[in-house]
Amino acid sequence: MADPIKNSLRSGPDASGHFGIFGGRFVAETLMPLILSVEKAYGEARNDPSFTAELSNLLTHYVGRPSPLYHASRLSAHWGGAKIYLKREDLNHTGAHKINNCMGQILLAKRMGKKRIIAETGAGQHGVATATACALMGLDCCIFMGCTDIERQAPNVYRMKLLGAEVRPVTAGAGTLKDAMNEALRDWVARVDDTYYLIGTVAGPHPYPAMVRDFQCVIGDETRAQMLAQEGRLPDSLVACIGGGSNAMGLFHPFLDETSVAIYGVEAAGHGLDKLHAASLAGGRPGVLHGNRTYLLMNDDGQIEEGHSISAGLDYPGIGPEHSWLKENGRVTYVSATDEEALDAFGLVTRLEGIIPALESAHAFAYAQRLAPSLAKDHLMVVNLSGRGDKDIATVAKFRGEGGVS
Amino acid sequence: MSRLSQRFADLKAQNRAALVVFTSAGDPGLETSQAILNGLPKAGADIIELGMPFTDAMADGPAIQQASKRALEAGMTLKGVLGMVETFRKQDAKTPIVLMGYYNPVYIYGPERFAQDAAKAGVDGMIIVDLPPEEADELLVPLSRSGIDFIFLTAPTTDEARLPVVLTKASGFVYYVSITGITGTVSASEEAIEQAVRRIRSFTPLPVAVGFGIRTPEQAAAVARHADAAVVGSAVVEKVARGDAALVHAFVAELAKGVRTARQ
Repeated sequence: MADPIKNSLRSGPDASGHFGIFGGRFVAETLMPLILSVEKAYGEARNDPSFTAELSNLLTHYVGRPSPLYHASRLSAHWGGAKIYLKREDLNHTGAHKINNCMGQILLAKRMGKKRIIAETGAGQHGVATATACALMGLDCCIFMGCTDIERQAPNVYRMKLLGAEVRPVTAGAGTLKDAMNEALRDWVARVDDTYYLIGTVAGPHPYPAMVRDFQCVIGDETRAQMLAQEGRLPDSLVACIGGGSNAMGLFHPFLDETSVAIYGVEAAGHGLDKLHAASLAGGRPGVLHGNRTYLLMNDDGQIEEGHSISAGLDYPGIGPEHSWLKENGRVTYVSATDEEALDAFGLVTRLEGIIPALESAHAFAYAQRLAPSLAKDHLMVVNLSGRGDKDIATVAKFRGEGGVS
Repeated sequence: MSRLSQRFADLKAQNRAALVVFTSAGDPGLETSQAILNGLPKAGADIIELGMPFTDAMADGPAIQQASKRALEAGMTLKGVLGMVETFRKQDAKTPIVLMGYYNPVYIYGPERFAQDAAKAGVDGMIIVDLPPEEADELLVPLSRSGIDFIFLTAPTTDEARLPVVLTKASGFVYYVSITGITGTVSASEEAIEQAVRRIRSFTPLPVAVGFGIRTPEQAAAVARHADAAVVGSAVVEKVARGDAALVHAFVAELAKGVRTARQ
């Protein structure tokens, strides 16, 4: 949790849910009482030792935490610079960091007496994690997913169905994550009594950005302890990919006050920043969508534009509000990698380390590849391997014009 | 006295409720939309709610989402919305116009500049779905300086502890969202509406308008027996989609008949 120390970059948001001008609660009145009740319930839960003990127990015995911090020696040697460590969130149950947050929120939903869980998903990783948590807890589960994403993430769709979730296709807009989130919000308004909305990233109305961050901070907290154990000091740099930004925030947040640690967030530059992309910080400006003020891709008339990325999980025109704030105060350096660079890094990590990374995480590797070669050999760099790439092999095969994957 | 206060005062004297008609600016095309707007008062609309189209209409059902989409495809912009109001005002100085939409386009236009331009164009009130009282000051303050009412939504979920929070900042009228849901889907019972209106009136002297799920002249009449205004949106928008202004006006006339005879 955020330290109460003065001038800490970890103390946000303020009491009304703002990080500077970002964040807040921009929702319809019908949802407002509900969001206030989530905030209240979360405030009580996080101070309740039985809640934190139950969560910690699940993370250890069900999710499989702590995830390893692995020294990727072949990758390090290949780039010839920094010593690369991978935070292996791909080894979590369900194959990505998303489960960390789902375990926390499902316990909260149960505590609030909710019977039905809804969630949005892009790549399907959050949908799978949510469906998993619902199966574990015996709760009804409905996942909203854009039609485009359903097509490109077919294995995850079937996985969710196997787990007992209903997958509701969303045809509005471009049929991607933004549209799925709109539809989930519409559903929530209509089912306020029995339904809990389990948001999968550090975005949405307060308290979600802070709550999801808190549940993901286990990534950074573990990294810190593991690096101290393995190297006897803190890392010099952190690199993570950003769609909404939950894996990145989870890794970054525990290090925000450590001025010696350079922090890089990698957005999806799609076809390139001057073409179709999903880099909200690089190509957007502050606006209001999905309950918070943050950087968004939009036209001059304030109409939201579609993001584009080969990675369904990064294909979102917004970003968590705390990232917008960290961009403006300069603590985190936000950069981007294109589809092509990500695919390139995907191949490299697969061949050199025997680890197939998610296309989302491949964006982090793509930037690490630019950064690492010029750094000293004793520079300790942590790349967040936020998820495994099994779900992406059809996309990769299609892009490479290779067969073998239906 | 503002146009809104004047209109509600006049109707109170006649012992009837107002018919509020929603249409999305620019839907289904720029010219037809202006023709629809211009003819609404004669057809029987007492107050006009003009939708500011947005790509991500999160509180709206399919009908109004599609309306927004058609309007944006036709080239409607926020500046264009104000232009429509300006044109309307050349022929009608009395019918109040309330703009309804989402915050982002207004935020990008700039709240201060928007408040000034909207007042100049002849806008009387604003409903911004995703600006609850907790976030509303940045727009509410410039609007009230420009003499434009900020109309807050209340919902079945707005309990008695929260109602005063919403109502202290309200002006013009209070918009009661009669269902927990999105526009144009289910309808509330007359009994539930009566109770809700009575509850809101115990907290505020402002007129109470009821909307969401009112689709027929009979439903409009049922609401008009209890509330100060009945809002019809999706059902009108479905007519608008057919691209014939006369058809829209004929439907509005039926609704108006329902509202005007409700208390007789």
